[in-house]
Amino acid sequence: MTQLLWNGLFVGSFYALVALGYTMVYGIIRLLNFAHGDLYMLGAFVGFGVLSVAGGLATGLGFVALLIVMVIAMLVTGTAGLVLERVAYRPLRGAPRLSVLITAVGASFALEYGMRLAAGPNPEVYPVRLAGDPVNLLGARITVQQASLILIAILLMAGLQWLVMGTETGRAMRAISQDPTAALYMGINVDAVIARTFFIGSALAGAAGVMAGGYYGKIDFLMGFIIGLKAFTAAVIGGIGNIKGAMLGGLALGLLESFGTAWVGGQWRDVFAFGFLIVFLTLRPTGILGERVTERV
Amino acid sequence: MTTNLATSPARARALFDRIQQNRYLGLVGLAVALLAPFITATNYALSVMTSALLFVMLAVGLNIVVGYCGLLDLGYAAFFAIGAYVSGILATRYGWPLLATVPVVIVAAVVAGIVIGGPTLRLRSDYLAIVTLGFGEIIRITANNLTITGGPSGIYGIPGIMLLGVDLSGPVGLYYTCVVVVALAVLGAARLGRSRLGRAWRFIREDEDAAEAMGINTYRVKLAAYIGGAIWGGLAGILFGAQLSAISPPSFTFLWSALILMAVVLGGMGSTPGVVLGAIFISVLPELLREAADYRYFVFGILLIIVMIFRRQGLWPARAVERQSRRDRRRAEEQDVRKAEEVVP
Repeated sequence: MTQLLWNGLFVGSFYALVALGYTMVYGIIRLLNFAHGDLYMLGAFVGFGVLSVAGGLATGLGFVALLIVMVIAMLVTGTAGLVLERVAYRPLRGAPRLSVLITAVGASFALEYGMRLAAGPNPEVYPVRLAGDPVNLLGARITVQQASLILIAILLMAGLQWLVMGTETGRAMRAISQDPTAALYMGINVDAVIARTFFIGSALAGAAGVMAGGYYGKIDFLMGFIIGLKAFTAAVIGGIGNIKGAMLGGLALGLLESFGTAWVGGQWRDVFAFGFLIVFLTLRPTGILGERVTERV
Repeated sequence: MTTNLATSPARARALFDRIQQNRYLGLVGLAVALLAPFITATNYALSVMTSALLFVMLAVGLNIVVGYCGLLDLGYAAFFAIGAYVSGILATRYGWPLLATVPVVIVAAVVAGIVIGGPTLRLRSDYLAIVTLGFGEIIRITANNLTITGGPSGIYGIPGIMLLGVDLSGPVGLYYTCVVVVALAVLGAARLGRSRLGRAWRFIREDEDAAEAMGINTYRVKLAAYIGGAIWGGLAGILFGAQLSAISPPSFTFLWSALILMAVVLGGMGSTPGVVLGAIFISVLPELLREAADYRYFVFGILLIIVMIFRRQGLWPARAVERQSRRDRRRAEEQDVRKAEEVVP
């Protein structure tokens, strides 16, 4: 029971990290960035690349190496997010919603199969594994590494919360999400703030990618597809566009999956999660913390 | 000389417009499809052509949802899978003839369409995209886990189509069956697009709020489009089972849904000839470019972005103005004559 709870919280913190990027971009320009899960994949591969090049040095340092790699991966995926926004999404701002969605699907496709070209179709094994000795805590088996990964996730989320609520950029973000035109009139550089949002969201996904690579040990070019869907589910559960909601939703989804898997069996895990998404959309489409979204005419 | 240079693009465009508006275009396409086996009829060529036809049917079905109604369905392969599995299970485990499974498949597709479309179509249209994506995965994983669907190895030994005692299971028989079915499907979808319901779909695509203000029940009309797409996909699934005689979960991944979407977007959303050509292009191209297989999907992804930024209407766009029906034109002519008579007593 405690074990299930712990597993749920652990997986949930991954979901929450990825869901944050989803929800930030959606909150600010109402765009479902399908390529977001693939930025997570990109992060995992960048981490893999750096660790492979650094080789022996990295394996000796273990956890610390992973932290450094994570920062590098965050910078790379953040930049990738910037490029994506500039090349694919900015030219279509104000275009019909369908066109933007299709562009996002194209971007996701290009990232997945571009990575397949670059790294080959076979799964890669992460050179650094985080498999320490488990410690018994209230009946659950917990490794120090697991605990530290959760701690990193919490720190990143706290940092984001401060950034959005406490800095000038954050205030600009909130202003744009309320009314982009009015924000422009007030002298906010809307393009720059949107670009920054993409950078931050993508960097968080990249961090989650490295963490997942280090923890599960295996990465492949399609790994972002399912996690993207899950992150969206988490964002919807929490109330899409809402940052605290994304964290809450990620943890809730992780717990649900953990208990659901114990109940119906591991092979039904994804069906359970997506089925829950559909049920949730039927019963409470605005999510736990979401406000009622009305479409503006 | 200079004038000639200036007018030639305009002339080419006029010619293209005339070709595009030609009412016999569909018949020409049908004739090409009927005559193709006389040019080359190896088993390989027939199988490529049959697959292309199936792809055309899927693309035309998705065009109802994406092209006419402007809803993004990213799990279209799910309906394809439902059709293939329902007919396959009934045919192999219960010994039904394939044709008898058609009504059951239609019912199953409609039910699935209502289950997915019902709750999500009430919300913003973005939600539909991602829920259908999840739905595609649900169907594939379910087929992979259940015993009745044969698990990961799937269903094999699906019989061919028998019609009035004639065996149509050979490559030639199957090809011509597909030609007939797909021709009907294309015609049906095109006529649906020009119907009253089709006009409502396009209205919703252009401006949902205005459509609602004009008294269109947008929810029901959108659901109708979604269910229409589901039926087309389910029926294509039956033909798919008949063609391959074996189906398994890997045949119904997101890749399929994305490729069908690609065909619709590239050809021109809402344009029947465009979508048909787009589907043929997408399904035959890989056969021609075997060496470049690795680059294919990467290029497709880039192409989707480029098309959306630079040519949103696709390569063969839909006409903006509806063609007048023969009756309307006659009426307009009669009115002109009457006006002329009034002026010259």
